[in-house]
Amino acid sequence: MQINSPRFKERAHQALDDANLQRALGNLKAGFPQKRAQAVACMPEFDDLRDQARDLKNHILEHLDLYLEQFESKVVENGGQVHWCRTGDDACQTILDICRAVDAKTVTKGKSMVSEEINLNAFLEANRIQPVETDLGEYILQLRGDHPSHIIAPAIHLNLEDVSDAFHRHHRRPKSDDPAVLMREAREMLRKQFVAADVGITGANFLVAETGSTIIVTNEGNGDLTQTLPKTHIVITSIEKVVPTLEDMTLFLRLLTRSATGQEFSVYNTLSTGPRRPGDLDGPENFHVVLVDNGRSDMIGSQFQEMLRCIRCSACMNHCPVYGAVGGHSYGWVYPGPMGSVLTPQLVGIEQAALLPNASTFCGKCEEVCPVRIPLPKLMRHWREKEFEKHLTPRAARYGLGGWSFFARRPRLYRLLSRVANRALRTLAGSKGRIHRLPLAGGWTDWRDMPAPSGRTFMQQWNEKKAGETAVSREKKA
Amino acid sequence: MSKAEILGNVRRGLKRGEASDAQRQVVRQRLENRRANLIPARAQLPVSGQVELFKTMAREAAADLIELNTMDEVPAVAAEWLRHHHIEELVCANDEIVATLDWAGTADIRRETRVARAGDLASLTSCFAGIAETGTLMLYSQPESPTTLNFLPDNHLVILRRSQIVGVYEDAWQLLRDATGGKMPRTVNMITGPSRSADIEQKLQMGAHGPRTLVILLVND
Amino acid sequence: MHTPSSPRVALFVTCLVDLYRPEIGFATVKLLEQAGCDVEVPETQTCCGQPAFNSGDNRSARDIAIRTIEAFDGYEYVVGPSGSCIGMLHHYPELFETSDPWHRRAQDLKARAFEISSFLVDVVGLDNLAASFHGSVTYHDSCSGLRELGIKAQPRALLARVEGLELKEMKESETCCGFGGTFCVKYPDISNRMVGNKTANIAASGARTLVGGDLGCLLNMAGKLKREGHDVETRHLVEILTGCSDTAAIAEPADDRTRLARQL
Repeated sequence: MQINSPRFKERAHQALDDANLQRALGNLKAGFPQKRAQAVACMPEFDDLRDQARDLKNHILEHLDLYLEQFESKVVENGGQVHWCRTGDDACQTILDICRAVDAKTVTKGKSMVSEEINLNAFLEANRIQPVETDLGEYILQLRGDHPSHIIAPAIHLNLEDVSDAFHRHHRRPKSDDPAVLMREAREMLRKQFVAADVGITGANFLVAETGSTIIVTNEGNGDLTQTLPKTHIVITSIEKVVPTLEDMTLFLRLLTRSATGQEFSVYNTLSTGPRRPGDLDGPENFHVVLVDNGRSDMIGSQFQEMLRCIRCSACMNHCPVYGAVGGHSYGWVYPGPMGSVLTPQLVGIEQAALLPNASTFCGKCEEVCPVRIPLPKLMRHWREKEFEKHLTPRAARYGLGGWSFFARRPRLYRLLSRVANRALRTLAGSKGRIHRLPLAGGWTDWRDMPAPSGRTFMQQWNEKKAGETAVSREKKA
Repeated sequence: MSKAEILGNVRRGLKRGEASDAQRQVVRQRLENRRANLIPARAQLPVSGQVELFKTMAREAAADLIELNTMDEVPAVAAEWLRHHHIEELVCANDEIVATLDWAGTADIRRETRVARAGDLASLTSCFAGIAETGTLMLYSQPESPTTLNFLPDNHLVILRRSQIVGVYEDAWQLLRDATGGKMPRTVNMITGPSRSADIEQKLQMGAHGPRTLVILLVND
Repeated sequence: MHTPSSPRVALFVTCLVDLYRPEIGFATVKLLEQAGCDVEVPETQTCCGQPAFNSGDNRSARDIAIRTIEAFDGYEYVVGPSGSCIGMLHHYPELFETSDPWHRRAQDLKARAFEISSFLVDVVGLDNLAASFHGSVTYHDSCSGLRELGIKAQPRALLARVEGLELKEMKESETCCGFGGTFCVKYPDISNRMVGNKTANIAASGARTLVGGDLGCLLNMAGKLKREGHDVETRHLVEILTGCSDTAAIAEPADDRTRLARQL
């Protein structure tokens, strides 16, 4: 996927003016946050679970090499293969090689953000292998030549009419605006693909070191059909997803769906361990795990290590007022919202993604809802520090900040400056109490009035009051 | 090559070389002890409470739940359910429970024992456990119970014996290890209600790609 | 007069209050004195340094932090009418290596620094509040106070003791107003959408007065309310608690207010 993060401001501006998008985003705001709140209310231990999950992830990261090696040995023991891929390109090539080895023409795909991250679909198409997205949201996007704008609700930016149009165009059936009919249509269309596919590719939510299992957490059942029907199952996943035991996985499962959709549990939690066993009548004959690094191991030991705790629940974006205003596409790459504003600079480089960590008021809502307690505002601030060090901060902002901090360190000058500004603002406001248009502050006054100071500065008034009191007491004494 | 690079980079980040014996010991213990983490109080109940919780949670997840007194009632009840939904065929698993049912009196229902195929309308399987915490069924793949039966047919009928209901996921993992000699089956399915999607305008629709209905035949054994 | 029972408290005015709304500073002093505190206003205080900190300029933030730590040295408590600025004081330890002597001093300041409503409720247990306000208010929970300092119940507990005041909670009172310090300048159109959502919720609450604990947010919301022509006044919590409603509200012309008073 092309990186459009440098155009964040422009894209956000367009998004704010896009009435259809705004209508679609309204569905998000009305849905996930409320459902999460209900689910959390039904689980009194939720915050304790979050603490444990944070601690467990920290433990895993400190021993990541050991757990990954253990995971691999178990996969192999069960007849599967693990492919270690340093970059996205390595991963694409590995998957292509596996597909070619079984002479694959079509592959079905369950939802995988890692596959979006490494641009897998485009790569397979360029090599004459047709990937078919089977998650309903991803399927809609593929028909439209579109990309996900959310990590668990990929088509959240679309409205019913968009889906209806896309289906009408591609399915050549009478147009319907009934979501139930549209879903039946997708079900029928994809059923043939599930059966015909040579290879099924899914992601994984967790990798269990104890057993060498991968797990997918879904509601539709497409992932299960994707991985059960073809002869070859490829799991594409990333290194930070390993957990020690089934019990440890369970801790995260209790948090994941509640944080994500607000469900008590997803409909299908499916563990896959190796290829089909002797006597099995179905299931894949080959089982591959493509383990992607793509910049993650660089985060270990860095200021951003905590980001590797992320379990991709989407709670941060569901609750983010900035995401809610501009939608996921504004962020210009695969991972939007607060988690994306921390991860994207790491994966594509801060030069390209410099605007993202700044697109936050640091309101802290993301951290408040994060199931593994990632301090997202703090991590975004660390990116801002890097930007400042690398002189990526816009020049005007640097100069402004420099001038202001010069005064902030010199109380007398600062007092003087405050008095001047106070006076100027009051003069500009006249008797109106507010300023309608302030030169050089268009960012503010284009949309709202600038309240005027209600009198001289506090310090002026306070010092006069104190001086008066001293005089009075001196008089009294005299 | 990549493996060495990735693990090398991980270790560099952790500011160490190969893990120490003490670190290996910590990891080995965690893997061997398989200690439970915090278990919510919700499902830590006496058996009767667990059964009630299972029923409530399964229904909340939109499963159809039918209670039966004995296993002998299964064929008649399943057949009745199919007739009511104008379905005349049933693909069955071949496990001990399903294979020994007596289907006398249900000649109008065509039964086949095989893997599922696209277009199948209904399947009947048993399951391994019911988990009260969220009304979840646990099934696993064996030659007698192919996984496709759980996903391809439009309707999935599952036999669950009351005695199979446990409180929490951790109980089910332990039972599973006991039942399979510690070797994980190829596929373990945890199923909570029928398939669904909210990908169109965040409005929930039932029956995306998996079964549109999940019928739990709860046998009070 | 300093007696052992009256704690010596430094007022952290904060730069926005100093510049825009001295009433808030005076009201804070009044409340602190009412609570039996001996209040001083250290002359060398300036800004908490948050704009530098949040822009990644840690060097400037550190320099300013050192200035601020020195300015408030020796006071039993440091109290300010802003969750955001006091929250910044609580960030100071992050600016120094733990081996740096300033780290310890930053920790020490953090332990003494309180936002006014939390100070009144959690520290001194103010029990002689005697304010009245005739009308309905709605309360906006500013983000830093809410999430960094846990300020939620305290302002409401205080408002509940104001005679004649009716609290009408708005929807999403905990959602950010879009101010975000430099955010409102860097991303003005996003900020505008956020404050627009906010003013819609404020208006829908039916309250006649918007109350909050952070002047930055209040300037933002008041500016938007006025631009949209809503008939809602905006005031800081401490103005309500000291019965200052005879002064013009934020963004209101002083003479308008007097005229209104005459009409009533």
